[in-house]
Amino acid sequence: MSTESAPAPKSGVAEDVQQGPRVAVSALITNLREYGLILALIAIMVFFQFTTSGTLFKPVNLSNLVQQNSFIIVMALGMLLVIVSGHIDLSVGSVAGFIGALAAMMMVIWPLGPFSNPLVVSIICLIIGGGIGAAQGYWIAYHRIPSFIVTLAGMLIFRGICQALLGGGSSVGPLPDGFKALSSGFIPDVIGPLMLIPPTVNAAGKTIIGSGLTLHMTTIVIGLVAVLAYAYFGLRARRTREQHGYEAEPFTLFVIKTLVTSALALFLVYQFATYKGLPIVLMVMGVLIALFVFVTKRMTIGRRIYAMGGNAKAAQLSGIKTERLTLMVFVNMGVLSALGGLIIAARLGQAVPAAGLGSELDVIAAVFIGGASAMGGVGQVIGAVVGGFIMGVMNNGMSIMGVNVDWQQVVKGLVLLGAVVFDVYNKNKG
Amino acid sequence: MASTILEMRDITKTFPGVKALSNVNLSVEEGEIHAVVGENGAGKSTLMKVLSGVYASGTYDGAIIYRGEECHFKGIHDSEHKGIVIIHQELALVPMLSIAENIFLGNEHARFGIIDWNANETRTSALLKKVGLKEDPKTLITNIGVGKQQLVEIAKALSKEVKLLILDEPTASLSEKDSQALLDLLLEFKRQGITSILISHKLNEVNRVADKVTIIRDGRTIETLAKKDISEDRIITSMVGRSLDDRYPPREPKIGEIVLQVKNWSVYHPIHAERQVIKGIDINVRKGEVVGIAGLMGAGRTEFAMSLFGRSYGRRITGEVLLKGKPIDVSSVSKAVEHGIAYVTEDRKTYGLNLIDHIKHNITLANLPGVSRHAVIDDLRELAVANDYKAKTNIRSSSVYQMTGNLSGGNQQKVVLSKWLFANPEVLILDEPTRGIDVGAKYEIYTIIARLASEGKAIIVISSEMPELLGITDRIYVMNEGRMVGEMAASDASQEKIMRAIVRGEGKAS
Repeated sequence: MSTESAPAPKSGVAEDVQQGPRVAVSALITNLREYGLILALIAIMVFFQFTTSGTLFKPVNLSNLVQQNSFIIVMALGMLLVIVSGHIDLSVGSVAGFIGALAAMMMVIWPLGPFSNPLVVSIICLIIGGGIGAAQGYWIAYHRIPSFIVTLAGMLIFRGICQALLGGGSSVGPLPDGFKALSSGFIPDVIGPLMLIPPTVNAAGKTIIGSGLTLHMTTIVIGLVAVLAYAYFGLRARRTREQHGYEAEPFTLFVIKTLVTSALALFLVYQFATYKGLPIVLMVMGVLIALFVFVTKRMTIGRRIYAMGGNAKAAQLSGIKTERLTLMVFVNMGVLSALGGLIIAARLGQAVPAAGLGSELDVIAAVFIGGASAMGGVGQVIGAVVGGFIMGVMNNGMSIMGVNVDWQQVVKGLVLLGAVVFDVYNKNKG
Repeated sequence: MASTILEMRDITKTFPGVKALSNVNLSVEEGEIHAVVGENGAGKSTLMKVLSGVYASGTYDGAIIYRGEECHFKGIHDSEHKGIVIIHQELALVPMLSIAENIFLGNEHARFGIIDWNANETRTSALLKKVGLKEDPKTLITNIGVGKQQLVEIAKALSKEVKLLILDEPTASLSEKDSQALLDLLLEFKRQGITSILISHKLNEVNRVADKVTIIRDGRTIETLAKKDISEDRIITSMVGRSLDDRYPPREPKIGEIVLQVKNWSVYHPIHAERQVIKGIDINVRKGEVVGIAGLMGAGRTEFAMSLFGRSYGRRITGEVLLKGKPIDVSSVSKAVEHGIAYVTEDRKTYGLNLIDHIKHNITLANLPGVSRHAVIDDLRELAVANDYKAKTNIRSSSVYQMTGNLSGGNQQKVVLSKWLFANPEVLILDEPTRGIDVGAKYEIYTIIARLASEGKAIIVISSEMPELLGITDRIYVMNEGRMVGEMAASDASQEKIMRAIVRGEGKAS
């Protein structure tokens, strides 16, 4: 649809289209890192689609994949800012575990009356997460204690509190259904389902599960609206740039990019629609991703974080309050760790002492696979998200294939190393 | 005796998209001091990197003939092995190690990996004596000044039995006194038979010590002048490809009321709490006036400026700052910026720029609200601002999306200047605004300063180059050891007068 609504090319643009392919190729090469990552994700997905004989893209599995990995991606959003600002946070897995335990205690064990309502508990937990981030960020920002050390301490402290809360090795649950919906729920079909092929009925008069084809129409509509909005805003941004006399990226490349992204998105949306619709956690994640893309690309605070990570002294001498900014980055990380903790607990249906154990490493790996620099100042939200999905798809695909967990770790380690080596090699070449 | 020690023939080096050097020829005779001059970005440093093997043989075209044989250096180790040592503009010393440890780093007197400290220190003392540095070999690098660090670098080169010494802008960050000492040292080396290649922007230095000068412009050799033909005017003409009649732009000062006044400003050292760095300074600047602060390295000029700018240096800062007669609070950088004070640092790489980001983002960093609404950045407005300042300050780059880390020193300086101009200050403090940049870019910076003054800004210029202060300012303060020891109108100031004030001040201080 983006080609149809494209404006009639002006003289300058026509020229652009004429030499489009060449320009597009050169633009593609200059942005190899960005596109390369998405291409890598697609390649990995196709690979597992074959090796799992088509299980990977099955609607049920896609829902599983999202539910299993959403907490990694949510926390990777915060970790991206932490790493861009030149720091690291090793405590996120423990904070997530602690918050999960706290939420379970508040909802199941402690007699809190109305305050044990899942929504109230979630809000309190997010605030406490922010408080934890502030407590760690305070030492890092105002006392210049290296973040590695402060958050290593935090990692020990909050895992300990998590286990103590749950009374040793026991788990606490079951959690209320309203809370579990955060992870395992799907958006309601307010429009109503559309039955394309009626399900087969067996001899006993019962429908055979999985037969027939019914579409979750709300999902389809949300997907279409999102894709249309994406194309519309892309076009509008191009047009304002051109109206102001600035070059936009080559039109051919823009069209290809928009079409490929839209097709991929619509394919996934369709798959979800044939099952139970969009998972609630996917919606939460989508909104957060959009928010963080906006904050990093368009807002002054995002720009300041990048400047601080690139050269903290220069940023400070440009009037940026680097201490406060660092504190805010860690508060944000704390809130997202707490959200990650709630998502884990909701998926498991209970709080366990080992919840989120080791997940800080997956989160950090996702951000680095996504192209962030360990020196700070460099990294993209979309990169971190794609990095998170690459890790998730590999986990999921290898599990279906029956690859031993030990070897899964080896493969993940090699992918992390490979991605960063590729990045450094690319940078030196450019 | 005049045999050719080094000949570089038809050197061509291409980077993706740019031809940095094309058919450059350089011929150096044994025992001479050969100066290589050229504007920033002309290709001098690239040429030296080719010579020293930083760019390995095979990545460039052309031949290097050193002492009669063609060399193919694969790395800096190969060239050092042959006695070619390069001292870079950015010193490569480890700050937390001692002088002796630095000099023999990677080359320690050791037996089976166990270091013989006595041998190292004895040799270090001998080397330090040669370069005229009176310091204990055990002193940490971080505790000695830049001038002395430079001497340590040279001592390190001597330890490698250097035959051809290459110095890239050795005096860029040195005071007049240290620079003189360094040049004398070069002449001394010449007597001992060491050949030197000197890369410098300071033409008076070239004039003083060089036997020959090769001028490079836009990646090509323009000409090589013998001693008798060397003159500043000739060099400048060849460097910029045009003649510069006047090295300072003409200006008609229109001076108004006092804008900034600082009273009894005192600052203590951030680490050595009892050491007073700034001792009760009073200065003022008027509207449309360019005021200079002269002084030697270590006089406390940068410390004064940074402490004034949001307490970015020092502790226990006392004193009063008045803007147009009203006391203002400059206790943080953002407050200082809000009151219209801007400080353009002397060290643009460390304090001025985000080198891994492009020009556009650097220019708007100090005034993001100026390109945003409700904390959301208007990308097009930002682009317009960046392009505007790129044109105004004549930043040479392919676009505003070029990384500042890849720009030449002069262009980097223009980016930092643009950043502060966009913050629209009333008082602009420029700390060594032309350090390490070439003659052409210097002139452009002077033009910008003159234009700002005519627009009614109050400007303070800190500079170690006295001719520059005499050329562009209206009034000059002389600073020494944390005190103001003199104040004179530029019209009746001279280098001698300034030096005399410093010397007299020194007498007073002790």
